[in-house]
Parts: sequence; structure tokens; C-alpha cells
Amino acid sequence: MMKKDNLTWIAIKTGLLSGVIAIFLCLIGMVEVFSKRDVVEKIITLGDFILLATAVSAGVIAARAASQTDQQRQPLKSLFAGALAGITTGVLIAAFIGLSQQINLRSVFLSASPSLFNLLTFKGGTSWIWMYPAIGIAAGLLGTTLFLLPEKFRQPITRAIFITFLMALFSGLFRVVMINQSSGIAKLAKYLFGQTGLTLSGAIIFFVAVVAISMFWSARSKNLQEGFARIPKRGQTSIRVVVFALLAYVVLMLPQVSGPFIAQVIVIVSLYALMGLGLNITLGFAGLLDLGFVAFFAVGAYTVGLLTSYGIFGLQHIPFWVAAPIAVLVSMMFGAFLGLPVLGIRGDYLAIATLGFGEIVRLLAGSDFLAPFFGGPQGIIGIQKPCLGTLGEFIRVDVPRVCNGLEFAGPKEIYYLAVASAILVAFIALRLQRSRLGRAWMAIREDEDVAEALGINLIQTKLLAYMLGAAFAGLGGAIFTVLVGSIFATSMQLIVSINVVALIIVGGMGSIPGVIVGAIALIGMPELLREVSEYRFLFYGAALIMMMLAKPEGLWPSQATLRELHHEDAGEDSEIAPAKSSQAKA
Amino acid sequence: MAVILTAKKVVKRFGGLVAVNSVDFDIPEKSIVSIIGPNGAGKTTFFNCITGFGKINEGEISFEGTPIHRLRPDQITHLGISRTYQNIRLFPDMTALENILVGQHLFLHSSWISAVLGTPRVHAEEKMALVEAQRLLNYVDLKGKGDMLARNLPYGAQRRLEIARALATKPKLLLLDEPSAGMNPRETEDLTAFIHRIRDELGISILLIEHHMRVVMGISERITVLDYGEKIAEGTPAEIQSNPHVIEAYLGRGASTAGMANAHERFSDSKTKSKSR
Repeated sequence: MMKKDNLTWIAIKTGLLSGVIAIFLCLIGMVEVFSKRDVVEKIITLGDFILLATAVSAGVIAARAASQTDQQRQPLKSLFAGALAGITTGVLIAAFIGLSQQINLRSVFLSASPSLFNLLTFKGGTSWIWMYPAIGIAAGLLGTTLFLLPEKFRQPITRAIFITFLMALFSGLFRVVMINQSSGIAKLAKYLFGQTGLTLSGAIIFFVAVVAISMFWSARSKNLQEGFARIPKRGQTSIRVVVFALLAYVVLMLPQVSGPFIAQVIVIVSLYALMGLGLNITLGFAGLLDLGFVAFFAVGAYTVGLLTSYGIFGLQHIPFWVAAPIAVLVSMMFGAFLGLPVLGIRGDYLAIATLGFGEIVRLLAGSDFLAPFFGGPQGIIGIQKPCLGTLGEFIRVDVPRVCNGLEFAGPKEIYYLAVASAILVAFIALRLQRSRLGRAWMAIREDEDVAEALGINLIQTKLLAYMLGAAFAGLGGAIFTVLVGSIFATSMQLIVSINVVALIIVGGMGSIPGVIVGAIALIGMPELLREVSEYRFLFYGAALIMMMLAKPEGLWPSQATLRELHHEDAGEDSEIAPAKSSQAKA
Repeated sequence: MAVILTAKKVVKRFGGLVAVNSVDFDIPEKSIVSIIGPNGAGKTTFFNCITGFGKINEGEISFEGTPIHRLRPDQITHLGISRTYQNIRLFPDMTALENILVGQHLFLHSSWISAVLGTPRVHAEEKMALVEAQRLLNYVDLKGKGDMLARNLPYGAQRRLEIARALATKPKLLLLDEPSAGMNPRETEDLTAFIHRIRDELGISILLIEHHMRVVMGISERITVLDYGEKIAEGTPAEIQSNPHVIEAYLGRGASTAGMANAHERFSDSKTKSKSR
């Protein structure tokens, strides 16, 4: 009896929690903003979807708790818990709506507007409130069913829901890109994607397709892999070459097809990836937390600005191709310059010292004191775009030099520059990671004293980490400058540094693909989804907390972390093996 | 016999506390020498002074005639001194093989630029380093464990890996800080044999800190006893066992007069007990 009470309480608690989350999302205006977007056109909006998602996840959590109270799986018990959690969520939302009719919440919560309540009550007034507990039960039961399904079906279905949801989020983008193609593709686009979300037929097609592919894959992937291994070596290489060529083709053609907006988003993701790869060297490899990383970005940007601008602050008027390497070198020097005074500082103290350094650089660049050189608050404008070809003579201030050849004028062209740089830098970082220097960095990260006792020169090795990290960020700054065409000290905010740290953590500390995945998830997604970008920091905070709780190793963990997980499974074997070996020795 | 390491009147203070007080100390070439003493006698501090972790306040330490007491730890390692730690200090999140590769750092010379370019020399060097690391793994009986994370190795294997990592720096003098701590009698026996092997096969001098009296007495050619930072005795195991100062330091005043006949036994007994406590 006691046990059952316990379960009831857990289910109610879960329901209360998810209800509070749902109300929170309403009160910060997220539900209302998201209601303008559809997941499936005319059927379910994004706002409805997130409210529903809270109830469904309450159902999953309650069902899991129910299954844990007993050794055996008792579906009825789980269904009861799920339904209870769902109904609690629904009742809480209904109570919230009812309350808001009595009290004017708007004096405190700006977003508790009449239009929100119109949405929540389906424009029908309070008489529709009773719907919520009913929907809650349904959602809770849905969550429980999902949980109770055998693994074989659950995985494809959750995957399908997730991918269909992603497709719905980006449906606008797909539609725009595809509609400009041949009439067949355009027709397909109109069939799958509506103006604001997926069409019903599109949603069904995606859902069914993902379920089918996923089930086929889990049944056959072993066969396929074995089949691939059975192909002779030469055949394998040629398959890889074909796949690689296809990928390269997609990367090359993407900006031509997608238009400037997506190109710009990819450029920004690439720039953050460049900074992430740089910080990954100092933080991920060598374990030196740098919270002022934007400083090196600023140094790279200002160097290129001063060397190429045709505005009044331009010192020189050399081409970007010469200025960028110089910017990288200057950033490296700044890396050493920052590194020297903080060589002996560890951990938290290092974070604060570097934070200060980042702020100093920003304040100096924007100060009146240095305004004659860096333009102060007005910044540096009129930055010459990179030009593949011959550059005309510099005539006078405020007149750009003429480019005879291909000018990297907009995001569509700079895309190539940014993506190529990111790939090059990722390659360099990979080589560094596997070198003697990479091992020395990791040794310092693990135990500085022992590393030194093994003959590693701490001064040299740490300085190299700062310098190479700074170099990558400097390159990012250089490209950013020509993308925007101007530099202002106000764009070198602390938040940029924090973004870079966050994307490394989400991607997986010390992992190079992780940096790129992190940049896409934390920078690319909010840029693409205007609705989300309003709640960017909520999204960041939630993402970071969820990562720390559920997947502390990151989205794409480094090899070492993977190995670690692998060996923890095989832990028992390793306990036995040495006993054998010591016997063998004796 | 030639002397490999000489310490003269070494003093190390922490504020008002004199941790090492005017200690003279020699290690003959290719010998096995131990430092013993009660807890807090300054043994590990003395180790740290030799390896450059703590700068000494007075005196001098020279290795093969070169003064080393002003050098950084990495420079001292370069000259040929390597060590292990009382509480194992491997790089826990790196594999066993990577741990040893880090130890070879000094003997790899490729710059980061050539590593990025992937020159043939770098490849050749890395290949040789891997072969050497594998050889060292086999040498300490960890064959096939190269890909395991150091943290997942069992205790005894971690101890051996730490020695392998120290050997990777190609030392002439190896400092072992309580290598038998936490080992069972059989493992301890293996360890004693292993230390002998290192000396005999590789010609490395060995300096031990050890509490385990059976190991110390069985293995050492010379023993130095520290108490409250001062050297109170020095000599062969037999001389140390019968030295009244040593017995007093370990068992307290009175013990040395209470009959030398069974002092031996009580001496080693009390040590094993204090260890297990």
C-alpha cells in the first residue's frame, strides 16, 4: 500500500513540475510567439507542440518511475502513473487559465496578454478549460505508451517524431530553397512544406519514412557493414571517394542554391567554429580556461581592418590575402603576451585573469584615448573586400579599390573563405592533437606537476597553446571583418567568449568534431530559427544544464571519453586479467 | 665506487618548520639505496628537493657533478632523474600507451609545424616512439593493456605503469616513492624482483622511500634514516637494524635499552602495523 502511495505522489509531483514548466513557457511569451509557426499546418502549432511535449514527457518520466518501483514491468501501473501525471499537468494549466480570467496577471507578467489566453482557450472563453485535463490524460498516456513500447519500435518512433519536428522547424528554409529549382522539385516542396510548417501529407511522409528507414537500419546495419567490409580494399576507397566528392559538391554548391541568408548563417557558424577550435586548444587540450577569448578575435579583426581599410583609419591598403596572415601572426603575439603573465596561474584564478584581459582589449579598442588609431566608438569602416584577381590602385579615402576578378563581396562568396578556413583549421587541430605537442598539452591538463617532472617545458608548452588558440581566433576575426565590412568595439562583447565556451562544452570538451557540432547547435540553430533566437539564452541555459545532467561528455565526445565509457563496460574483465598476469610472472 | 648524486648540507624550510635539516647524502652508481624514517620525517620533501619540485634553502645537490638545485623539474629530468609518486599520479584520462608516450617527450624532436605538415620524419619518429612504448609496456608486464585508460587499470598495474612512464625518460637515477604501498605480499615480492631487474638489466641507480621493512632490508645496499628532517643513521641493512638511534626513533626512548635481542622483530612488526593502520 505504501508503495502505491509513493508512486501516486511521484506521478503527481512530475505532473506539477511539468505544469509549472508549461505555465512558465506561457508567461515568458514563448507559447504565443511559437504559435505563429506551425508544426503541421492547420493542425498543430509550435506553441501547442511545446505545451503538449511537457505533458508527454511528464508521462514518460512518471512511467519510468513506476517501472522502477517494481522489479517486474507492470504496464497498468505505468499507465496509471502516466495518466495521473498528464492530468495533473492539464489541471494546472486549466487552473492557470481560470485564475488569469479573475486576476489581471499582465501587471506583473507582460506576456500574459489577452491574445495568449485567446490562444489557450481556443477563442472559446473559459468554457473550454475542461479540455486540458482530458488532453493531459491523453498526452500522459501517449508518453507512457512510448515508454512501454519495446526498444525495437520505440527508437524508430522517437527518432521519427524528432526528425519530423526538425523538418517542420526548418520547413520555411527548405521551401524557399526548393521552390527556386525546377518545377518538379518546386511541386514536391509545395506538397511537403506549407507556408508556416509541414503540410499534413508532408508530416505523414516524413514520419513514415524515418520509421521505415530506422527499422530497416537497425535490422540490417550489421549486414551492410559486413557487406562493406567484404568489398575489396580498392572498392572501399572508391566508395569513400565518391561519398567525399558528393559531400564536396554539396558544400560547393550550397550557397548558390540556398541564397545569401543561409550562406551568412553558415559563415557565422564557421567563424564560431574557428574560435571554438582555437579555444579547444587552450581549454579542451591544455585545460587552460580562457574567458576573454574574444580578445584574440578582436586583435585579428582590427589588424585586418587597419591594414586594408580605405576609410580614414586605414594605415595600409594591402590586399586581404596579405593582411590575414599578418593578423594571424599578430594574434599569436597577443596570445603570448596574454600567456606570459598568467603562466603560473591555475584554474579559477586563470579564468578571472583572462576575463579581465578580454574586457581590457574591448574597452581600449573602444576608448576615446585610442580613438585616433582605432576609431573609438565610431569604429573602423570601409574595409576592402578580398579580391581574387588584381586590385586597382588606392586613390583616396572613402573610395574602395576596384577589383578586377572575383570579389568576395557578400556572404555567398565569403562562405567559401570561412568554410575553407574552418576545414583547414580543423585539420591543423587534428594533427596537433595527435602530435607530441598534443600529448604534452593533455598531460598538462591532467597533472601539471607530473608533466613537468616528465621533462615537459611548461612555459613553452603553455605559451604555444595560448598562441595557437589565439591564431585560430584571429583568423576568425579577420574573416568576420571582411564579412561585415566594418569593426566596432561593441561587437567584441564578453558574451562572444561565453558563447564559445558554451559551444565547446555542449559539443564535447577536447573533441574537434564536437566543436563543429556545438557551433551548429548553439549558433546555427538560433540564427536559423528567428523565434528561438528571442529565447536564445533560455535555450543555452537549458541546453547546458541538460548536457551536464544527461550527457556530460558532450554531443560528440572525444575519443578518450568514448574509450573510457567502453572500458567501464568491460571493467570486470580488467579486474581479473592482472591477477592472471602476476601469476604468470610468478 | 663512483657517486651519481651528492647532496651537501641540504636545508628545506616551510615557514618556521625545518623539513630537511642539513642532510648529507650520496648515491653510488648502479646501487639501490633507501631512505626510511617515521611519518613526517621529511623523506618525500627530500625527494621533491632532488627532482626540483621544491627549491632548497641551503646547501647543494649535484648530479654527475652538475649542480641541479637551481634547475626546473623538466631540466632535471633531462639530465637523467625520474620519479614515481607516493599516491599514484598517472594521467588518468589518457591511455596507458599515451602515458608512456608522454614520458618519451624529451626524445621526440619534431616541432609542431612539422607535425601539422605531417613530414616523413615525424611519421618515422612517432612509429619509433610507439614501438618503444610498446616495449616498455611489455617490460612492466602490461602487454595488451595499452589502449586502456590509466584510471581503469587495477592498482598494481597502475603502479607498474607509473614505473614504465618514469623509465620512458631514460633515467640514470630512478626515485621510487613507496612503490609497495597497498600491495599484498605476493605483489611485493614481485616488485622486489622487478626493482632488482631494473638495476641489473638497465644499469639504473635506484633511490627508494619505503615503509615496508621486508622490502627495504631485502633490497637495499645502503639505508639512510631520517627523523625530524635530520639524518640519524646511515649504513648497510644489518648496521641499521642494530642501530640504537633508529630503534629509538621508531619505537621511542627506552626501547633501545629494553634488550636488543628481540628489537629486530618488534621493529619490523611495528612497521607493518603502522602501515596497515
